[in-house]
Amino acid sequence: MPIPMRTSLQNLDLEAGRDLSFINAVAKESGQDLKSCYQCGNCTAGCAYTHDYDIPVHQVMRLVQLGRKDEVLSCRSIWLCATCQACTTRCPNNIEVATVMDVLRHMARAEGRAPERLVKTFADSFLSSVARHGRVFEAGLAMVFAIISGKPLQDAGLGPAMLSRGKLAFWPHEPTGNGKREVAEIFRRFHEGRPTSTAAATPAPSTQPTEENAK
Amino acid sequence: MRIGVMVCHCGNNIAATVDVEAVAAAAREFPDVVFATDHMYACSDPGQKTLEQTIRDLKLDGVVVASCSPRMHEVTFRRAVERAGLNRYMFEMANIREHVAWISLDRKRNTQKATDLVRMAVEKLRVDRPLTPKSFDVQKRVLIVGGGVAGIQAALDCADGGLDVVLVERKSSIGGVMSKLDKTFPTVDCAVCVLGPKMVDAGQNPRIALHTCSEVEEVSGYVGNFEVRIKKHSTYVDWTKCTGCGACQEKCPSRKVPDAFNENVSLTTAIGIPFPQAIPKRASINAEYCLKLTKGKCGVCEKICPTGAIAYDMQDEFITEKVGAIIAATGIDLFDHKKCGEYGAGRYPDVVTSLAYERMLSASGPTAGHIKRPSDGTEPKTVVFISCVGSRDRSLNRPYCSGFCCMYTAKQAILTRDHIPDSRAYVFYMDIRANGKGYEEFVRRAQEEYGVEYVRGRVAQVYPQDGKLIVCGADTLLGRQVEVAADLVVLAVGAEAAHGAPELAEKLRISYDAYGFFMESHPKLRPVETNTVGVFLAGACQGPKDIPASVSQASAAAGKVLALLSKDKLESDPQIALVNANRCIGCGKCERTCPFGAIRMRELRDGSQRAEVVETVCQGCGICSVTCPVRAIQLQHFTDSQLLAEVNALCRTWDETTE
Repeated sequence: MPIPMRTSLQNLDLEAGRDLSFINAVAKESGQDLKSCYQCGNCTAGCAYTHDYDIPVHQVMRLVQLGRKDEVLSCRSIWLCATCQACTTRCPNNIEVATVMDVLRHMARAEGRAPERLVKTFADSFLSSVARHGRVFEAGLAMVFAIISGKPLQDAGLGPAMLSRGKLAFWPHEPTGNGKREVAEIFRRFHEGRPTSTAAATPAPSTQPTEENAK
Repeated sequence: MRIGVMVCHCGNNIAATVDVEAVAAAAREFPDVVFATDHMYACSDPGQKTLEQTIRDLKLDGVVVASCSPRMHEVTFRRAVERAGLNRYMFEMANIREHVAWISLDRKRNTQKATDLVRMAVEKLRVDRPLTPKSFDVQKRVLIVGGGVAGIQAALDCADGGLDVVLVERKSSIGGVMSKLDKTFPTVDCAVCVLGPKMVDAGQNPRIALHTCSEVEEVSGYVGNFEVRIKKHSTYVDWTKCTGCGACQEKCPSRKVPDAFNENVSLTTAIGIPFPQAIPKRASINAEYCLKLTKGKCGVCEKICPTGAIAYDMQDEFITEKVGAIIAATGIDLFDHKKCGEYGAGRYPDVVTSLAYERMLSASGPTAGHIKRPSDGTEPKTVVFISCVGSRDRSLNRPYCSGFCCMYTAKQAILTRDHIPDSRAYVFYMDIRANGKGYEEFVRRAQEEYGVEYVRGRVAQVYPQDGKLIVCGADTLLGRQVEVAADLVVLAVGAEAAHGAPELAEKLRISYDAYGFFMESHPKLRPVETNTVGVFLAGACQGPKDIPASVSQASAAAGKVLALLSKDKLESDPQIALVNANRCIGCGKCERTCPFGAIRMRELRDGSQRAEVVETVCQGCGICSVTCPVRAIQLQHFTDSQLLAEVNALCRTWDETTE
């Protein structure tokens, strides 16, 4: 995957470009003390995906400290993060860096930004599978994702091997008892909007591509 | 009685949130108050002059100053009162700054509380009595705990000033961490060449009594008259006979003993002298590994010793020393690098601590000054230094900067390039702390002259691959992950308080911080004093320090001790417990409860018992006073009637304001 160059290397106006409400929102949502980051770089040093990132994770943290909302929420890194928690484990200041990345991804999505369309598509397909069946139906998910992503055969080669090892089933195995109804209830409550203040930050998952990721 | 009151503005510190004029006006209405005024700075020279003049002019019997904490200026005002001819205990201080002005912005209620505090002080002063301090003799001797460079320097300075010194060191030789170093920054001169002469001086000075293999067991007494019980651990060698010839060490068959002096890089014998320049140069036996002591057979050293100094049946010994002052100079230990599992410390032999590396660099070290990989003995060509291991790391509960690691890392990188000219040295760092004289230039030299590669970023992990150690880090200046295939990895471990430091602090009755470092009395203005009079601090036991800072502080502490013990007699504080023999029923509860052993029982002619306070030992804590069932024992200046006068005043105010 080619690493796109960041285009925003022009002079930063530290005062004018500082979005204080963004800084506070990230701190509140993540519950992390963002000011305690002293840029040692240990999160980047341990990151498993930094080679595909457009902004290394320690610089994401720095941009958050400086309140550069646009740059952070439009970056690809927050979508490529695998939440492996290596950054969290290594951080000498006990910051849950992976949680911060997670929060940023939520915020980006709430604003209709998802520069990594496939990651978002996969998440949507996964959730709609869970909504429909009460738990994920792997074979169905793989097929839906393959079609939506426009690369119908990209993972087809894995199918036979996984089938033979019992990792894939042809039919969804839905939860027994009330399980399916309870899961559906979770989705219903979510679609009605959460009663807490965080409701605005994360709207209902939409299967419709937004303006941003349709580009 | 004629009482004067002065209410201080303290610039804006108090006046901004307290109506000081109103407080003074209210004070004029209090009983016995004949004069009350406010002043911009009561502690200033004009303030004190006004106070003294008023006392003389109005023939006052006592004074209340409402200002800051007594910790700040009680002594100042007591002196002023004394200059004006009053007893210094006919003075009370109401703290309307820390207890009022600095904690609330509510001007009305602040003014009310300040007035209340002044009223309480006035009521107490009305029942205060003059007190006179007594003087007592002092021991012109000093105990120094710890024989590192700080302890040695303090000992030499005190001895130079004419004091007898008792120097106690836990290890078998003095010298401390510095004696393990090869070179020192920023001059790159030989550490033991500069320390050695001081060690020899300390060993030979007739005024310095050296107790190595010893620890402080118990401390009692008070400034001028401390009594210290010292435990001398058995060395199993009679040091009056041992000549330090080293024959025992050559023949000892127990040869698999980890060499603590060499940071366990090599092995040594169960009997021996830790290093060639050791002072005193005497052999001792490591009982854990000695075959004679563990299995009952061997005895080679006994046979070989030309002076018959070996004594397998030697026991620990206790001695008691009387001293007038104590200097704590217990130094530091290094952070346990094994806590950093991601660097493979303790698992990969070629990941070593900076002090182990220092031993490898030293000509008298286990590799005779040749840098060798512990795993295979080959010469490393790529050496990676990792900074801040156990420093500036909240996740390891070590949030502080150890201060000296940046510098010794630069030194070790330079020495690496010196020892192995075709080597490469990398330093992973976060920030470079080089704020001493010539330090920044030294770090620049490492980079510019010696070509040491500094990489700005932390290291996430180290793992072995094909005989190399792969160091995975970040270069935050580039925003990229980087890795180096290293032959040897050196961890720049930080400082932590010496083991046992908190226990010693409790014996000395001094405070220590959350990490075990001893607390100075004031971080800026009383940096070598502690809150226990007569106990001083030198070196890194107070906080991580490099050699120049440790030596400076040691000389400063010695100066303080010399000033203290230059007096033949010291004054005791009269604010101590006093027994009313007519009331005392001789129950002995106070004797049992006193934490300082300051109360003893005295038999009268009729055979009955009475308690008696040893004035110089009493610390004025007041525990006896609350224990006494018949109120026979009273703390002077804080008697029941004086405290109740304050409480009554407060209750009356409460009545008035709630009516």
